[in-house]
Amino acid sequence: MESNMKDIILNYVIAEYLEDDSETLTYDSPLISGGIVDSFSMVSLKRFLENRYSISIPDDEATPEAFDSVNKICVLVEKFTSK
Amino acid sequence: MAYSDETRNMYENTLQGIKDAGLFKMERYINSPQSAEILVEFPEGSPLKKVINICANNYLGLSSHPEVIKAAHEGLDSRGYGMSSVRFICGTQDIHKELEARITEFLGTEDTILFPSCMDANAGVFEAILTKDDVMISDRLVHASLIDGMRLCSAVQDTYKHNDMAHLEEKLKLHADKRQKLVICDGVFSMDGDTAKLDEMVALCDKYHAMILVDESHSSGFIGKTGRGTHEKYGVMGKIDIITTTFGKGLGGASGGCVSGRKELVEMCRQKARPYLFSNTIAPVVVAGVLKVMDLIMHNPERRNKLETNTAFWRKGLTEAGFVLKDGDTPIVPVMLFNAKLAQDFSRDLYNEGVYAIGFFFPVVPQSQARIRTQVSAGHEMHHLEEALAAFIKVGKKYNILGKTKQEIIEMYGM
Repeated sequence: MESNMKDIILNYVIAEYLEDDSETLTYDSPLISGGIVDSFSMVSLKRFLENRYSISIPDDEATPEAFDSVNKICVLVEKFTSK
Repeated sequence: MAYSDETRNMYENTLQGIKDAGLFKMERYINSPQSAEILVEFPEGSPLKKVINICANNYLGLSSHPEVIKAAHEGLDSRGYGMSSVRFICGTQDIHKELEARITEFLGTEDTILFPSCMDANAGVFEAILTKDDVMISDRLVHASLIDGMRLCSAVQDTYKHNDMAHLEEKLKLHADKRQKLVICDGVFSMDGDTAKLDEMVALCDKYHAMILVDESHSSGFIGKTGRGTHEKYGVMGKIDIITTTFGKGLGGASGGCVSGRKELVEMCRQKARPYLFSNTIAPVVVAGVLKVMDLIMHNPERRNKLETNTAFWRKGLTEAGFVLKDGDTPIVPVMLFNAKLAQDFSRDLYNEGVYAIGFFFPVVPQSQARIRTQVSAGHEMHHLEEALAAFIKVGKKYNILGKTKQEIIEMYGM
């Protein structure tokens, strides 16, 4: 289940944010600090996660740090899905 | 002392870091009016050098036009130097209202409000018309001033891939629950020189009940059959809710900008936009100059047509010489070099050959997208373009990039 979530999120990030097909991403690639996802574009990712996993992520939890890699995003999503 | 040695060292180290990264920007001093040919002191202290300028936003060649200068002199004499006020206290003259009416007529909108610059127009417009219940959906390559303006606004921010209409539609669906949706783009994108697909965008905005804002700074005066802008080119005049534009490029090149569009939105700016409320009115001398620009271009497409001819010559010449260009048909013609050092070296060699054009590289453009951004002007005569083209070819041969593909150039010089 967990790896499935990782792949779903990774695939979303690749489709949504990568402009160049030759770029590769891993579960640990820095998304915000690495310049792949800018702060303006985070909202799409947040809304995708909320819709996909039927959760609500408060704005103060949706920080650049919490969204900085697929692995970190999974930790965040699991925190709310387990509630 | 508040500004201690420690503080000074911190800033010195930061500046050194910018230099070490090869990102330190140097000004070149021009000792003549802005024109197709300028006198430049570079590096500082060097004798003046006459060069062909092919990197100014002087699209219509009006920056130093004798009639504009004469009108500015007359404006200075009849309305004074400055107003020492913001617009709504005691800074609105008859000529400010006259210019707003002329711009409204020119752009085919309902109303217009002047700002000290288009940077200020973009800084003020979003906060004036949107709230946290709304969403702003912008192209990922919009100008920095739009990005800064959006940052000052409490509405939700989102982006779509550059000129990707399917992605924009996804975003309009995603944010269907928002009170107002505002789609934001440049008419002509300043770094790539391509245009927003405004016909498709207007159709999408109609379908999803969104408003649209277009920054026409690199379009006003010369894009479209009579130079009204990108909305004219795509047949959607009257359908753009908000246009922001500048008088600092094609429309005379001095300063000033505006928000033009639906009259209620313009009125919201007049009531709430902070750069309008808290910054000085445009100087009368500039207003008088822009009014003359309007006289010159409103019913006479001659300069716009010359720019189109010049642009076609320039693009064809560079393409046939074997340079890699960004596709497009606007006067912004980026010559792609991909490698930042190559772009800087190429620019330096062009200067030595008598051509002034600047290299752009990260962070101004994405990594591995370094380029020389050339900009054609109606002020260029054919001999200027022929001489500049000869210089480009000479330098291109030196670096052995003519006829080479993107991949081949990257293999030679790196990303």
